[in-house]
Amino acid sequence: MIPGSYFFILSVILFILGVIAFFVKRDLITQFLSIEVMLNAGNLAFIAFARALNSLHGQVIVFFIITVAAAEAAVGLAIILLIFRQKKTIKSEDMNLMKG
Amino acid sequence: MTEIFWLIPFIPLLSSFILAIFGRTLPKKYISIQACLAVFASFIISVISFFGLLKISQESYPLIKSLFTWIASGSFTINFSLQFDSLSAVMAMVVSGVGFIIHVYSVGYMDKDKGYSRYFTYLNLFTFAMLLLVMSSNIVLMFVGWEGVGLCSYLLIGFWFEKESAANAGKKAFIVTRIGDLGFLLGIFFIIVHIGSAEFTAINQAISGGAVTQGLATLIALLLFMGAVGKSAQIPLYVWLPDAMEGPTPVSALIHAATMVTAGVYMVCRMNLLYTLSGTAALVVGIIGAVTAVYAATMALTQNDIKRVLAYSTISQIGYMFIGCGVGAYSAGMFHLYTHAFFKSLLFLSAGSVMHALSGELDMRKMGGLKKYLPFTYPAFLIGAIAIAGVPFLSGFFSKDAILTQAFAHKQYFIWILGVLGAILTAFYMFRLIFLTFHGKERLEPEAKEHLHESPPVMTIPLGVLAFFSTIAGFIGVPVVFGKKLNWFNQFLEPVMKPGHEPHLSIQTEWLLILISVAVALLGIYIAYIFYIKKPQTPHQLNAKFPYIYKLLYNKYYVDEIYNAVFVKPTVRGSEIIYDNFDLKVIDGAVNGSASVTGLSGKILSYLQTGLIKDYALVFLFGVILFLGYLLF
Repeated sequence: MIPGSYFFILSVILFILGVIAFFVKRDLITQFLSIEVMLNAGNLAFIAFARALNSLHGQVIVFFIITVAAAEAAVGLAIILLIFRQKKTIKSEDMNLMKG
Repeated sequence: MTEIFWLIPFIPLLSSFILAIFGRTLPKKYISIQACLAVFASFIISVISFFGLLKISQESYPLIKSLFTWIASGSFTINFSLQFDSLSAVMAMVVSGVGFIIHVYSVGYMDKDKGYSRYFTYLNLFTFAMLLLVMSSNIVLMFVGWEGVGLCSYLLIGFWFEKESAANAGKKAFIVTRIGDLGFLLGIFFIIVHIGSAEFTAINQAISGGAVTQGLATLIALLLFMGAVGKSAQIPLYVWLPDAMEGPTPVSALIHAATMVTAGVYMVCRMNLLYTLSGTAALVVGIIGAVTAVYAATMALTQNDIKRVLAYSTISQIGYMFIGCGVGAYSAGMFHLYTHAFFKSLLFLSAGSVMHALSGELDMRKMGGLKKYLPFTYPAFLIGAIAIAGVPFLSGFFSKDAILTQAFAHKQYFIWILGVLGAILTAFYMFRLIFLTFHGKERLEPEAKEHLHESPPVMTIPLGVLAFFSTIAGFIGVPVVFGKKLNWFNQFLEPVMKPGHEPHLSIQTEWLLILISVAVALLGIYIAYIFYIKKPQTPHQLNAKFPYIYKLLYNKYYVDEIYNAVFVKPTVRGSEIIYDNFDLKVIDGAVNGSASVTGLSGKILSYLQTGLIKDYALVFLFGVILFLGYLLF
């Protein structure tokens, strides 16, 4: 039986890795990927809590998150695709039209 | 039928509305017919109401029709109500009658103007405002009409607003009369505060009941007279009227000769109890009238512009009306107003016909010998000139004689002498005008001569009608010496102008005065004859002998220049100083300052917006960390 705290530690590690990857990487696809990692770190935490508290709520929420994440991934990839068509690049530094 | 009198002002108003809204699309013929018919309908109702008025007894005087409550403030109310008494009847008939004739004349005169419907819209609106002025039963509503005619005057003087001089003349008329209106308004406030009602009947009751002290009466009367001085172009506010000649000639005839400029006289007559009670105010009215009568006549002597001569003549004649009012002979003043409306509009319309014939020429030096070319205009002009000069048995003779006789009878000899002097000058400058325009050598411009033609019947028939009335209108006010009971006009006005003590002159004195009037009229004509027909070199010799007097008169005593230097320039200069220092620096500075502060802070803050997604994410991350830290610790 794996202790519950392991799940939480894994979840935190995954989340921090996602954050670091987001700031370190430059292309949009990898950054998008790191966001997904952070999202799933959250999912893992939910499930861990559901197990620790013996409640189904956490698991139900995870289903919703997965659904929303699927939709979000579709939209996000479409946006990245369109940006590439327009600018012939997917480096996030090149996208500063909103500079004041 | 008399009770429908309240419709009189509203028919022209309705017509004006229709023309204002649909005027552009309506055919010209329809516009002229509607505009003329509306005024004619008013005239018919005025006449019907007038005959109705003759039948009713004096107890039911005056007829009042209250349409609705206009202003209600606590216990004080002002109704939108019209009244019809003998004074209103005379004015309403003059305004709508002369107005109708001038409307018809305008159909011919304005025929080729592109502002045709706009012109008739204004003219109908003016008729409404003037009728409202003379028929309102309280002084506040009268003020509405008073300002309404002022507005229409402004619009019509500046009718050809593409011309800068016309636009400026309109502004000048509006601003100068506004100075007088300030006094008028203050007078109204004093009346409302001290008498508690704006109705003429209540004011008259308060005055005859002794509720008004003499000092208060003088104050109110002088303030009201200030308005009259502005509107009726008396010294010192007369300067706008000569410039008002920039408007179309029928407008000069209707507004600046027959009706609006005499509104001041009407107002003084309407408030006659107040002026009689004050005494001092009446004296001021008389003296201003007398001085203006002579002063304006001297300026008319040297003008070369045919309409300007008539304008100064109008100022002078209104001076006579105020002489009548000032010496207490209000009905004589009204009588002159009534006859003046005919012969002065006749003169203006004839002058318009001359202009029409000469393709717009106004300068008398470029006329002369027109007699044979204008077989209708010449006799019409001549009748007008004879009437205004005071040759016996034309209308002007009776009314001017009535005023001068009354001035003499009330022992105002100074005023009387000025009046007689003015009469000589009047006869002289009118016949100078006639001789220069219609007699002597032709001095026409060649191209003007080519198009020389008599005006169409739509213009000459109104001239004929006015000439007819200028001739006979005086016979309703024949002096008493010709027979008792003959002065019907005075008797008719008696309910409104209860005469105080009537000083009686002996019959010999009256005859002598009439003789003097006739003599001065003929003398003036004779001098003009010598100057301009018999020895045409005389004026030049006189100019050479007295160059300064000629220059002074020719430049109208430099009053326009003095007013410009004393009032207009300092005002403009002061405005400029305030504009430069206060408007530009303080107000604009504050507005621009707040704008630049906002802009600057926006610019500084905009450096935070790098547009890079990572920067935003970083801020977001720190925000979350801070928030969590706050929650946890």
